[in-house]
Amino acid sequence: MSQTDAHRAAEHAARQSYGKLVAWLAARSRDVAAAEDALSDAFAAALATWPAQGVPLAPEAWLLTAARRRLIDMARRRHTSETACDRLLLSLEQAAAETDASGSVPDQRLRLMFACAHPAIDPAMRSPLMLQAVLGLDAATIAAVFLMPPATMGQRLVRAKRRIRDAGIPFRLPMQEDLPARLDAVLEAIYAAFAAAWVDPAALDQRRQGLVDEALWLGRVLTELLPDEPEVLGLLALMLHASARAAARRDGAGGYIPLSAQDPARWNADAIAEAEALLLRASMLRRIGRFQLEAAVQSAHAARRRTGWTDWAAIVSLYDGLLALTESPVVAVNRAVALAETAGAAAGLAALEALADAPALATYQPYWAARADLLARLGQAGPARAAYARALALERDPAARRFLEARQAALTEPRG
Amino acid sequence: MEYLLLIYSDEKDTAAMPPAERDQWIGAFMAYTQALKDANVLRGSNRLRPTSAATTVRIAGGKTQTLDGPFAETREQLGGYYLIDVPDLDAALSWASRCPGAQRGSLEVRPVWVM
Repeated sequence: MSQTDAHRAAEHAARQSYGKLVAWLAARSRDVAAAEDALSDAFAAALATWPAQGVPLAPEAWLLTAARRRLIDMARRRHTSETACDRLLLSLEQAAAETDASGSVPDQRLRLMFACAHPAIDPAMRSPLMLQAVLGLDAATIAAVFLMPPATMGQRLVRAKRRIRDAGIPFRLPMQEDLPARLDAVLEAIYAAFAAAWVDPAALDQRRQGLVDEALWLGRVLTELLPDEPEVLGLLALMLHASARAAARRDGAGGYIPLSAQDPARWNADAIAEAEALLLRASMLRRIGRFQLEAAVQSAHAARRRTGWTDWAAIVSLYDGLLALTESPVVAVNRAVALAETAGAAAGLAALEALADAPALATYQPYWAARADLLARLGQAGPARAAYARALALERDPAARRFLEARQAALTEPRG
Repeated sequence: MEYLLLIYSDEKDTAAMPPAERDQWIGAFMAYTQALKDANVLRGSNRLRPTSAATTVRIAGGKTQTLDGPFAETREQLGGYYLIDVPDLDAALSWASRCPGAQRGSLEVRPVWVM
């Protein structure tokens, strides 16, 4: 076998199995960093031996055996106390016996995800941690997505993993009574990865764009592992609906196109159909939640593809439900925008005015852009211009900036 | 894994507690201690005298300095601890949340670093 074939086989195994192998090793050693190191050594060993000996019949099991040996060596070398080392050895051997009998590695990625999104982990680090531990992304890639210097991201990841090990964060499924809150944290972390990648619509950064797919992949893994959790289905539906419109967000010249002006023919029909099917499955489980409602809003927008119009009244009532559930000012802004479509710009603006005191909105670009748009529609050019200026000060994406600048420039002073 | 549950509260609050409430408070701690014993996770526990009984020692320039009072003035003070042996952080957090100390102050959960 050639070097490239071995490389390809190792890469394929890495892509398919990385998270599963890390999860399995970390659950035994309770040490994510050690599991990752052991696995990367195992991949190096695979590249060294597979070209000569051929790819083993069960590459996953081969990698696991190599990584397991490495993990035990590392524990010995770290002068881990004799009993701790024995305990690790025993735990690894026991688990290996279960694995070898079936020939495949049991999927414990869910446990790994729950550990990464544990309440004892800084919420801002849950998403990066999951991307690294479950998907094997490097710190530089994750740093690019979360707009952080690579060295800082690297340090924080190291610290978070040390915390998992030292604090004794468990690699198991939460107790039934804790499950809803803990699952929510996992969903939030996956959605944060998606959202971070999503704000780069021009795909200026290839790494960020790739993360949209990685987040979708995490969402799919979770729907396989927890097929009867409606919010899990809701999250994947939400991400699919958003990604269906990825291409339609830009015109031929790279200009920004807002949702209302997008050509539905450019939306991805397969992604929409998959999202709709997921949402239907979720609704049959009869437990409503934030992600299902958000996906339902996107579904209402997607319906324009079939019907040619947008049911704003339905969207307002979905936002009412979301607002009751989350009390989020961001939801309130979206609701006000939808309200302007059913009850007029003045009603929408009044709803926005009512939020003016929410501190989170002072730096929230969509609030200022929405405000500017409604003021412009009401002919209040002066205040609209000021609101556009605030929105522009908060926007980094060049295409979105050009869009806002054009709207601002189009404002006409009332004559008089 | 062993965890130390450190019980922090405002000593002034505790000192100002009416006698009936104090009895109830102590009773709650006794019941909690018994529950830890019954679950076979308790490795040790104690109350601490208030910080008015604390003395702080440090050596500066080769000389021992003895200061009356705690190491640092804080809003909540360490008032006692439980040492428990449980499988993982979730189990430790679950015990910590049931401790009466969490009702009036806060519990810090620290894993023991085995030597």
